[in-house]
Amino acid sequence: MDKATAIDLYRVMRRIRDFEERATVLFGEGKLWGTIHSYAGEEGIAAGVCAHLRNDDWITSTHRGHGHCIAKRADLGRMYAELLGRETGYCRGRGGSMHIADTSKGNLGANGIVGGGIPIATGAALTAKQLGTDQVAVSFFGDGAVNQGGFHESANLAAIWKLPVIYVCENNQYAESLPVKRAFAVEDISRRAEGYGMPGRRVNGRDVRAVYEAAGELIAHARRGGGPAFLVADTYRHEGHYYGDPRKYQTKDEIEGWKTRFDPLVDTRTWITDTKLATQAELDAIDAEVIEEATRAVAWAEAGPPASPIMLPGDVYASY
Amino acid sequence: MFYNEALGDALRLEMERDPRVIVLGEDIAEHGGAFQVTAGLLDKFGPTRIRQTPISELGIVGAAVGAALTGLRPVVELMYVDFSGLAMDQLVNQAAQNRFMFGGQARVPMVMRTQGGSGRGNAAQHSKSLEAWFTHVAGLKVVMPSTPADAKGLLTTAIRDDDPVIFLEHKLLYRTKGQVPTGEHLVPLGEADVKRAGTDLTIVTWSREVLFSLEAAENLAADGIEAEVIDLRSLVPLDRDAVLASVRRTHRLLVVHEAIKRGGYGGEIAAMVAEDAFDDLDAPPRRLAGLETPIPYAQHLEKSVVPQVNDIIRVAKELLA
Repeated sequence: MDKATAIDLYRVMRRIRDFEERATVLFGEGKLWGTIHSYAGEEGIAAGVCAHLRNDDWITSTHRGHGHCIAKRADLGRMYAELLGRETGYCRGRGGSMHIADTSKGNLGANGIVGGGIPIATGAALTAKQLGTDQVAVSFFGDGAVNQGGFHESANLAAIWKLPVIYVCENNQYAESLPVKRAFAVEDISRRAEGYGMPGRRVNGRDVRAVYEAAGELIAHARRGGGPAFLVADTYRHEGHYYGDPRKYQTKDEIEGWKTRFDPLVDTRTWITDTKLATQAELDAIDAEVIEEATRAVAWAEAGPPASPIMLPGDVYASY
Repeated sequence: MFYNEALGDALRLEMERDPRVIVLGEDIAEHGGAFQVTAGLLDKFGPTRIRQTPISELGIVGAAVGAALTGLRPVVELMYVDFSGLAMDQLVNQAAQNRFMFGGQARVPMVMRTQGGSGRGNAAQHSKSLEAWFTHVAGLKVVMPSTPADAKGLLTTAIRDDDPVIFLEHKLLYRTKGQVPTGEHLVPLGEADVKRAGTDLTIVTWSREVLFSLEAAENLAADGIEAEVIDLRSLVPLDRDAVLASVRRTHRLLVVHEAIKRGGYGGEIAAMVAEDAFDDLDAPPRRLAGLETPIPYAQHLEKSVVPQVNDIIRVAKELLA
């Protein structure tokens, strides 16, 4: 991997981690409400996959969607503004954390329904196929979504029609509070791909290089007309299902153990410096840039006007 | 032209006009659709635009949502409205709300065509009238044509519309005949049609009950009662002005629909009239609608639970008594 790619992966991951930490603080300060779902610990997946996507490729995301949004090159200020309920937010304060979309960058939205984005990404891939473009669609979802009917129906449609869509399962070990062991009778979720007649791959989601390489192959394959694929990245969410989750389904030992053992940011720093792609100082400088950029983004967002009142029917309908 | 042919005509013309229009659904290719609406379209447009799907309602509707968000104008054929429960998340949480949730960044120009209604012995899981479900969801439009001409004109408009449109046909209207304009024919959404002018009471209705209401009106005329029959055609948007103007002239309202009365859209019409034209009424608004029961199988039972022509005549007379 060349230096620019490695540095970019690290920067995106750092941006995501910083966003989640900052959003948590803002929540604690009472500036956000509703709910937020932290992507901390899973950064390598969004970064590694989206590095292969162009602005005109599409993604669908999840309730835990900040990371995908950032990796798809969203504007941080508009993301913070959305969380803060400002008119300058991506959704003008109508959507909030669980519905951030940036259609100008092909982000068809976070989704509050587990698995809700899977059929939509499949439809986006149908558009590419129908219009004869080489665009691809990527659907991100968690292990919980793999047990939704929409996953099954969509995977089958994509396979019979050879649609350019990559289904990316972020197996963070829990569907809300249900451990994967109690949700699947198979240990390797990627084996389900065989049943649909598409390639299935399993990678260590902590290792951004592994995600990057696997996603690169599958996306290139889809772009060439080779059809869909299923990529499962094993990961772990550092925080609870949502901000404030009491996490009664986990032990302290488990949480602390995982956090110590499983930090893709630490790993990424290590391989970048070990392979001499960059020095600690260079990475520290990126950290500083990310912090500076985020500080400015939050300030910009906080200065924005509150979301304008709902206008009917224009807010709801394109024409009426 | 038959109602199903009129729908097929609209699809054909719109597919010729706009390559972004595709049709997705079960049995729509060689078979021509369960009600022969897409008959002949496969030969003309091929299997990529007349895209026959597996039996996966959620997947089909969801694919249409994604396709609509990214530049196509998909028309989904769902064989029975009773199957829409299988696709409800994509309709209600996704298609209907994407535009709003994303702060106006998205458009979802898709049509979900399906059919409902009783009268063919198909029993409880293939005979419901579920329009009220969809009218209750902000972000959907709901269209229910009663004649071949309206079917063609409204479907054409629905396909060109930039919002998700639920297009509800009736299984016993497919083989009804009527004059249909040739070539491009557009009927705007949100414009009711006075199918029969009258002075003594206003009957507001839609779908197959329009036909029943017109027949009832002819019978009433023989008794010297002139009923005005308003076909809403689109429930969302609703042509409030047409309903209110008529009631202000006739001073009496009867809403007739096949769907069960409890929670039915007739309640919405009656409430609107009570709120906005109370002083113009000479009698309380009446609703004549389906009984609160699943649709039974046996022919005489099936007829007994949805309004028939004689029921409309009876209630109209009560309203004038």
